[in-house]
Amino acid sequence: MAETTTAPAKAAPAPAKPHAEKKQPVPLAPMTPEMAAVQERFGEGLIQSAPFEGLLVSDAAQSLEVARFLRDELGYDMLSNETAADYIKDGAIELVHYVSRTSGGRPLCFKTRIPRDESVAVPSLVPVYPGAEFQEREIHDMYGVRFTGHPDLRRILMWEGFNGWPLRKDWREVYYEGDTKPFDSRWPGGNHQMAEERVPWADNVAYPAEYDPGTYQPDPDGSIYASMMENAPTDQAPLEAGVDDILSQSAAMKTDQLIINMGPQHPSTHGVLRMVVKVDGETITDLKLVLGYLHRNHEKIGERNTWLHNMPYTDRLDYICGLANEMGYAMGVERLLGITPTERVEYLRVIMAELTRIQSHFWAIGFLLNDLGAFYTPALYFITERDLIIDLFETVTGSRMMCNYMRFGGVSRDLTPEYLTRARELVHERIPRAIDQLDRLLAENEIVKARTIGVGYMPAERSIAYSLTGPCLRAAGVPFDIRRADPYSIYDRFDFDIPVLYGGDVYDRFRVRVLEMRQSLRILEQALAQIERTKPGDIQAGKKAYNHRVPAGQVYSRVETPKGELGFYLVSDGAQNPYRYHVRSSSFINLNSMREMTVGQKVADAVVILGSLDIVLGEVDR
Amino acid sequence: MSELATDKPPEEAEIKNDPRVPAELNNNVFITTLDKIYNWGRKRSMWPMLFGLACCAIEMICTAASRHDLARFGWELMRPSPRQADLMIVSGTVTKKMVPQIVRLYNQMPEPRYVIAMGACATSGGPFKEGYNVVSGIDKFIPVDVYITGCPPRPEALLHGFVKLQEKIERQSVRTVRWYRKGVEVSVPVPILGPDLTDLRRAQEIADRVKAPQPAAETPAA
Repeated sequence: MAETTTAPAKAAPAPAKPHAEKKQPVPLAPMTPEMAAVQERFGEGLIQSAPFEGLLVSDAAQSLEVARFLRDELGYDMLSNETAADYIKDGAIELVHYVSRTSGGRPLCFKTRIPRDESVAVPSLVPVYPGAEFQEREIHDMYGVRFTGHPDLRRILMWEGFNGWPLRKDWREVYYEGDTKPFDSRWPGGNHQMAEERVPWADNVAYPAEYDPGTYQPDPDGSIYASMMENAPTDQAPLEAGVDDILSQSAAMKTDQLIINMGPQHPSTHGVLRMVVKVDGETITDLKLVLGYLHRNHEKIGERNTWLHNMPYTDRLDYICGLANEMGYAMGVERLLGITPTERVEYLRVIMAELTRIQSHFWAIGFLLNDLGAFYTPALYFITERDLIIDLFETVTGSRMMCNYMRFGGVSRDLTPEYLTRARELVHERIPRAIDQLDRLLAENEIVKARTIGVGYMPAERSIAYSLTGPCLRAAGVPFDIRRADPYSIYDRFDFDIPVLYGGDVYDRFRVRVLEMRQSLRILEQALAQIERTKPGDIQAGKKAYNHRVPAGQVYSRVETPKGELGFYLVSDGAQNPYRYHVRSSSFINLNSMREMTVGQKVADAVVILGSLDIVLGEVDR
Repeated sequence: MSELATDKPPEEAEIKNDPRVPAELNNNVFITTLDKIYNWGRKRSMWPMLFGLACCAIEMICTAASRHDLARFGWELMRPSPRQADLMIVSGTVTKKMVPQIVRLYNQMPEPRYVIAMGACATSGGPFKEGYNVVSGIDKFIPVDVYITGCPPRPEALLHGFVKLQEKIERQSVRTVRWYRKGVEVSVPVPILGPDLTDLRRAQEIADRVKAPQPAAETPAA
């Protein structure tokens, strides 16, 4: 079997890129020592170098074993990213996994291919990496891949009963106009027709032929409630054994478990998240999250856009910190293009990203307090400071939130003359004072401590297993920050620390954010001084371009946003739009661990725990 | 209140004392129309529903915060319950998965109720219009009073939208508004999530046309 699978797998990479001009064969990834160790363990029959990056596991059924080896023997303890790509010309769906070490270093990629028909199932990685749960559900939802051994395989972003697997290349949405932008009809003639006029229903809907709304029984929530009832204790044993003894199985004292929906319209859910909680009195016994109420098809749209088109869309991922997202995307495409931004650009990006971190943490802490019951008053203080930072963004980019500032190899505008003065005043005077005030008011506040210490506890090993990243991971005692673990841009030039606390609870997540703001200020102080050494106006490496032809390749570019690890998995086939555009969003994957943090706590604590995770629904649902 | 009672300056109003008003009440009582006093009260005490969908909600929160201070207009009380709300601000992308909930919330709001479509997405689908899970504007389902452009609109733009809505309220009359008329049903049937989003007001049409042979389904596009 080994010989037969080796030959086609080695030949396979060439047609893997449908639109690519087939001049030269696709380069295989160079072997690193870690990759060689995997190959040595499993043999060349199973493991080869994949095109562009990573390892190719030729038998999908073995991927779980490979993952276990990577975790246990090679120390890749965290699954950073799991996604899929549809190679329709090869009739294959490729599952892509990026695993990383929390001690630092580049992530390792391994891939496996399965046929596109829905009969084939692959083993789920959840037994090895629990953090794969939501990501595999997303792959199932978008590509129709079935996973065996997955604890709860349902659609996650779309609703149960939706017709089709949207991210497959042959699935077309209702307003489909063409495969790539700019559409021929619009360019260069400028002709266009409203989408509503083009489609039969004058609306963004399509129905299969057998559909009859009169008789259709929608049951989008049935499977959630069913799955929550399944794992209910069958004999309904009371929680306190003592009570049980006293009342000696009296049926009257058996407590009923209630299922309550919180959201999607709920003040605590930071948007349109829905928590389905099963409660026994005030205690949560089970929790399921229902996502997708803000699923706006980022990836499908992104695969149609040109590379540069996607830049403003990345702002709308995590809309609190658009500039940090842009940085991740720009860096990814730059790696594909092989360009290096100029010195000044690097400084501008770091300044923007760190200011973004401060304002995002202000926001997160303000609304954590909101969730604790301090309704809006603390948030008002922090929004005032945030507005000042946002003013800085506005003076440079022209927009408060959706800045659309970065370009490949550059940024769109240089600093305005007053920017540096105002930024220095903020960084040296105003923000440190605001952080001190925040710290003084909250860190020793009795109510804050009573409500947060020990709440939502998640130990370090479980945090890593759940792929928790960002301040939540560092509050559990894992010093994993991409700025240090896998340095990018010019972060290696600055003197700053990665704050780590060991409580693993809501209180430490809040304190880690405060400490991180102080470290961001340190970076900003250095960056604002050093930027004077760079040449003003030097804000674009190479020529400014609108339409980039990105060489065929693939890249996983990750940055440390205020929420955690934000990764862009980009596949280019040499065309002017991405072949695959996937966002590894930290908010989405951090939510994975919410259930374990919450079960056993009180209902009111669920709200606080959610607040401490600091999710942004734009990034969760994308 | 004197400005409210009449647009003319006070001294002119003084001249027009009604002879039927007893002398001791002169200069103590203002006379105005029911519409004016009714609309004056309503427009200054709108309770928007605390209900954020996406990015625009952040700017909505900033509008309510200290710098822009929505409370200046008498609108500060944002509470998440639709039963106490006068105004729904649809602040963000309306997805197919979310729209049944939005319609249900709208139906739960008591009359008089108003809707502001904040930002490009709520108005038309915006940058995400082509998405398979995106509704091309909330006005496909519920009536909208004010549309605000922007992605997201600045707080000033939202304030401008509020002022526009106040102007609209000023022009309404108790004699003609729909919530005092009998037999005017304005609740919207909650759409269902089938193979795709289904607007139940068009259920019959959908049932007929999906069964119809292929050409019939294509003619409306032409």
